Amino acid sequence: MNLSFCLVLLAAWGAIGIAGLVRAQSIEYVGRLLFPLGALVGVLLAAAAVAGFALPPEQLVLPLGLPDLPIHLRRDALACVFLLLLGIASAGVSLFAAGYFRKGEGTPPGLLCLQYHWFLAGMGLVLLADDAYSFMIGWETMAIASYFLVVSQHRLPEIRRAGFLYFLMAHLGAVCILLSFGVLQGGGWQLTFDAMRATQLTPSMASLAFLLALTGFGAKAGLVPLHVWLPEAHPAAPSPVSALMSGVMLKTAVYGILRVTFDLIGDLQWWWGLVALALGLFSAFYGVIFAAVQTDMKRLLAWSSIENVGIIFTGFGLTIVFQALGMDAFAALALIATLYHCLNHAVMKSLLFLGTGAVLHATGHRNLGRLGGLIHRMPWVAWLTLVGVLAIAGLPPLNGFVSEWLLLQSFLFTDTVPRPFVNMLLPVGAAVVALCAALSGYVMVKFFGVIFLGQPREAALADAHDANFLQRLGLAWLAAACILLGLLPVQVIGLLDAACSGLLGVTLGQRAGHWWLLAPTPIGAASYGPFAFLAVAALVIGATLWAVSRRYHRRVRRGPAWDCGFVRLDSRMQDTAEGFGQPIRHIFEGFFAMQRELPAPEDMAPRYRVAVGDHIWRYAYEPLGALVSRVADLVAGLQRGRIATYLLFSFVTLLVLLALVL
Amino acid sequence: VSTLGILAQALEIIAAVLAAPLLLGWVNQCRAWLQNRSAPSLLQPYRMIRKLFHKDAVLAENASTLFRAAPYVVFGTMVVAAAIIPSMAIRLPLSIAADSIALVGLFATARMFLALAAMDVGTAFGSMGARREMMIGFLAEPALLMVIFLAAMISHTTALGGIAESLSGQQLALYPSAAFTAVAFLLVLLAENARIPVDNPATHLELTMIHEAMLLEYSARHLALMEWAAALKLFNYACIGFALFVPWGLAAEGAGPMGLVASIPVLGLKLLVAGAALALLETVSAKLRVFRASEFLATAFLLAVLGVLVHLLLGA
Repeated sequence: MNLSFCLVLLAAWGAIGIAGLVRAQSIEYVGRLLFPLGALVGVLLAAAAVAGFALPPEQLVLPLGLPDLPIHLRRDALACVFLLLLGIASAGVSLFAAGYFRKGEGTPPGLLCLQYHWFLAGMGLVLLADDAYSFMIGWETMAIASYFLVVSQHRLPEIRRAGFLYFLMAHLGAVCILLSFGVLQGGGWQLTFDAMRATQLTPSMASLAFLLALTGFGAKAGLVPLHVWLPEAHPAAPSPVSALMSGVMLKTAVYGILRVTFDLIGDLQWWWGLVALALGLFSAFYGVIFAAVQTDMKRLLAWSSIENVGIIFTGFGLTIVFQALGMDAFAALALIATLYHCLNHAVMKSLLFLGTGAVLHATGHRNLGRLGGLIHRMPWVAWLTLVGVLAIAGLPPLNGFVSEWLLLQSFLFTDTVPRPFVNMLLPVGAAVVALCAALSGYVMVKFFGVIFLGQPREAALADAHDANFLQRLGLAWLAAACILLGLLPVQVIGLLDAACSGLLGVTLGQRAGHWWLLAPTPIGAASYGPFAFLAVAALVIGATLWAVSRRYHRRVRRGPAWDCGFVRLDSRMQDTAEGFGQPIRHIFEGFFAMQRELPAPEDMAPRYRVAVGDHIWRYAYEPLGALVSRVADLVAGLQRGRIATYLLFSFVTLLVLLALVL
Repeated sequence: VSTLGILAQALEIIAAVLAAPLLLGWVNQCRAWLQNRSAPSLLQPYRMIRKLFHKDAVLAENASTLFRAAPYVVFGTMVVAAAIIPSMAIRLPLSIAADSIALVGLFATARMFLALAAMDVGTAFGSMGARREMMIGFLAEPALLMVIFLAAMISHTTALGGIAESLSGQQLALYPSAAFTAVAFLLVLLAENARIPVDNPATHLELTMIHEAMLLEYSARHLALMEWAAALKLFNYACIGFALFVPWGLAAEGAGPMGLVASIPVLGLKLLVAGAALALLETVSAKLRVFRASEFLATAFLLAVLGVLVHLLLGA
């Protein structure tokens, strides 16, 4: 029942998309009717997923598509985790999008509505697919719909370029995933996941399947060094789409790698975990230092997504290590941390991207150097975004802290890992995670401080308007999700545990047995109670406020800011985004490809410029691109444009084939 | 949760809040003596806080609500932190709600609000201070976490009370790994509390200041709360250090009110020694350039990681 209901909801998304074409130019119809309907479907999907956790896995075969290839579908607890994520995040994003799209910007609204809702439905199909064939249909629907969404401003050349790069990387990834499925079917040519689960692979073939899947899904998730498309494509898309791509689409890749590794392959080898762990840690670090030096607010968030994907893959790698070495209870802890971080990142990154969308609408600027002081003009957006900022910086009692806490707890028991080599390496991982968490606080202070605080850096910012009602509703929905995921970890883990028992065969359980106290660790006593925590903090802050105003007074005078005797203090003297990046550029100099232009002392119009590039792009992608061009030029030699030559080629091919067959 | 437990908890919070400026006064006094100056009274920080509370608050014209709320948030988080650090008794009711990782998170919350409030008015000093503070923070926070991580590995719990209990149960033998993390912790303590060599609490010179630059726009009761919070932070860090490296003399679980009273002089003695040592350390070292501060803290971070590795290698 539950599975059919989910399918009906996905079909409803598809139908809403097609309905957008009916009156494609009408903002009223698409914005005020269809997008809110899409949000409602999202809420229902989240509800269906929550109900689905308690039910046993359910399968369905739909006789659609090619004669011998019906569509197999399955809903289990792992799919429910990601359906929940899709439902919650898309509900908020759709509400915001309802108030976001305006006339005369690129693609007409009806067409955007089609692409947007098919994007959502495609992601839903990926989560429910139970054979390689329908999985790839969902995957490609998702990729193509999101490509068109990315290039919705296709008149700008840099957006077309970003779209092309995205499309290319998405397809390289898809090829690897397809090859991985090819290895997994083990020669039986049964493409259902049931058959793949039953296939016993040799260790080397299993490793091959894992590495192909890691490459394919890693490219989609933005794992370094396959991340290059992400900081280009996410900022190019309209903000609600960036929110979905960062918040949800990256998680479908995480879903894919979890499905393939734990469910389809099954027999794990511990070194896979180390590979995933190393890639994850490197991505987390690389992402966060690049986020710190960005000057474009959406690009900053895109790099921060790379960081978070890195943290998710770190948890994933840790899960493999523990599971392969037979430490089941720790594997459960690490997997729960991974899944929890997926949920968290989906809501908080969607919230932040929507916040930048509102700012972009109100001001027309993405460059941090032209913003500032917006907390006075856009209080709703500023305060709701602040929730996301504090959450993603990993501060208690919000949600980002919970998954960070769980991940650090699972690192804590690495000294019981039976291999000395591994247990020496893992604490270094914990150190990197701690460093990245602290750096993300730095990035978020920069992000929020430069956009919303201080003085406006442009005079035009005085006219900035706050978000409209639907946009506020979307932002508030996601902010509420951040707070609830932070306050109710025990309940959320109760749900995630079902996925854990499905994948690993162990559950974390609840050792404390309180609804308000999270105490998941297998040994020792570590516990965290966000409610008690928040209650005491609120009590103390309230009591301080009361005591100070009762005991003394509440008098306030306003005056000009203290200028230290320098009378012409203006908004240009505030720290800029570049200034905020400077300590990071200085400390981690080797990681950036920097080009600096410094003014000479006698310059009448001094100019200072610094451009920060990515070594990986310069030393891996550019040579690779040049190589591909050269090979293409060689192949082009065959294309003479004369029919006789082509007929000759066909004839030779036929001869060769005949020789092979006979 | 017993009544006695709640009483002990309340006593610990009140003691920390009241005693924190005293520790600051003691450090200032020792420093003045060491520098051949005539020392201010031990009660000078209290007088300053009282004076500030009585003044009218002056806010910059474009200060937002965030700016006014930040002192309360920063002070509140420091009080909550004081509640979960075992300064007198090992088991307190609130310590199950927040372990040492949550404690690091609390410090991060305070830092983030402080930095955001500093950027709120939009002056050159405020935003520069915020940037420098966050730079110190992102290096100091993981170092502190790794210091705690080692102690947690040894005692198999991240609850600070549990760590102190398990470490105080060991014989008086210094772990080689703890020697590394003790140095790392000391460096973090100096940096996080804006002491020399990273920052100078006694100066308003723009090239050197970090913490003071962020407070430039604050006045009256807001400034009083910020100063009090800074004093509490120093007190909290000292107590974390005691819990990790000299965990003896804390009231054990179920020791009753007498145990709690007995632990007060022990804590007083530790603070007396630690305050004097801090003053000595500040007197004999010179202020670093801001960019050397990152090397200073990177050293702390690497020492802490080394400590963990040494623990795994030697099993001690």
